[in-house]
Amino acid sequence: MSSRNAIIAEIPRLRRYARALTGDMHLADDLVQATLERAMEKWRLWRRDRDLRPWLLSIMHNLHVDQLRHGKHIDYCAEDDLPDIPCRPEQLDSLEIRDLDRALALLPLEQREVILLVGLEELSYKEVADTLGIPLGSVMSRLSRARTRLKAILSGETSPHHLHVVSS
Amino acid sequence: MSTPISEDDLHAYADNRLDGSRLTQLEAWLASHPEERDKIEAWRAQSERFHRAYDAALDLPVPPHLLPAANSSRWIELRRLAAVAWLVAGGLGGYLLRGEVSPPPTVLAQESLPRMAAIAHAVYTPELRHPVEVGADQEAHLVAWLSKRLGAPLTPPSLTGAGYKLVGGRLLPGEIGEVAQFMYEDARHQRLTLYVQPRASIAQDTAFRYAREENIDVFYWVDGHFGYALSGNTGRDDMLRLSTLIYRQLDRQ
Repeated sequence: MSSRNAIIAEIPRLRRYARALTGDMHLADDLVQATLERAMEKWRLWRRDRDLRPWLLSIMHNLHVDQLRHGKHIDYCAEDDLPDIPCRPEQLDSLEIRDLDRALALLPLEQREVILLVGLEELSYKEVADTLGIPLGSVMSRLSRARTRLKAILSGETSPHHLHVVSS
Repeated sequence: MSTPISEDDLHAYADNRLDGSRLTQLEAWLASHPEERDKIEAWRAQSERFHRAYDAALDLPVPPHLLPAANSSRWIELRRLAAVAWLVAGGLGGYLLRGEVSPPPTVLAQESLPRMAAIAHAVYTPELRHPVEVGADQEAHLVAWLSKRLGAPLTPPSLTGAGYKLVGGRLLPGEIGEVAQFMYEDARHQRLTLYVQPRASIAQDTAFRYAREENIDVFYWVDGHFGYALSGNTGRDDMLRLSTLIYRQLDRQ
């Protein structure tokens, strides 16, 4: 497979991760597009002895962190250029998915990244460390905190919509 | 038991990352720790839920506006350029590692210099929005930046007398480190590029040479620390005239 086809082959995986990370398909696609553009600019920094996926994911991570830090998100999608395919298909918006989106959004970004890279993208712990530029020990501690916290959120212990019982 | 079971082991077990004796050891340990087993099951359920929720994104048709980014001709050209750069760098590196003092002096000038210059010309001259990294409107910055990165003073020659104005310059991957490319444009938007390869002092100075690569005329020569190549499609005589102009200016620097 040529390098170009290898990149194109990664697009669905990048979209899935970005969708889970941002909670929105439109934001996800903007992030994926920015990632592809940046990968094109930086392609000569990619060493062929490294896997393409962690490299692309690390570019996405850096862009996402930058966007959040500067409180902006890059919108490349001009209204006229929007595809006929809906950016927000029905099947991604079931109640169960919206609950999960909300729960993930309650995790700090650094925990959300790790739990998704491990649980959804099935990267090795070492690859996660490389992707995020953090030590392996930090991957494990973030993973542990993320799983504990997500479990608590999903079981309603720290629900944002928690109803306080008012004693009479 | 050799090593105590840690929280990290539990995650590795939940993610199916354990094998061999450690896996056996952990399974035995879990048999007597049901509360830990429940915890692991909950973690696995989280991962399964991620897949149920988000795997649908894998099957969505890729919107057309995402494809140009990965599919552009620029990308293809850049990959080709990269392949050449890697091949040449690898070849030279291997040569040097075998204990030779320096590569043969003619390699740079005669074979790869015009080829690399022509490819770089083909890649960047069609660019409408970003043909250069630093524009001619910031010439002082351009000179300082390129000189610093290339480790030698480098000023773009002026071709205004011949009807070409400087558009700007960029850095590219070269055979041994980075190279500079200056771009010029005339009133009819015909573009020329001057490719400058530093650290060519191992090569002997050469006279002008001419090569034609993929319909691009290239005049190239080695002078002092630099190898130069002028690429364009403005005709051989015109290119020779311009090359002479450049050569004279550089000689005075």
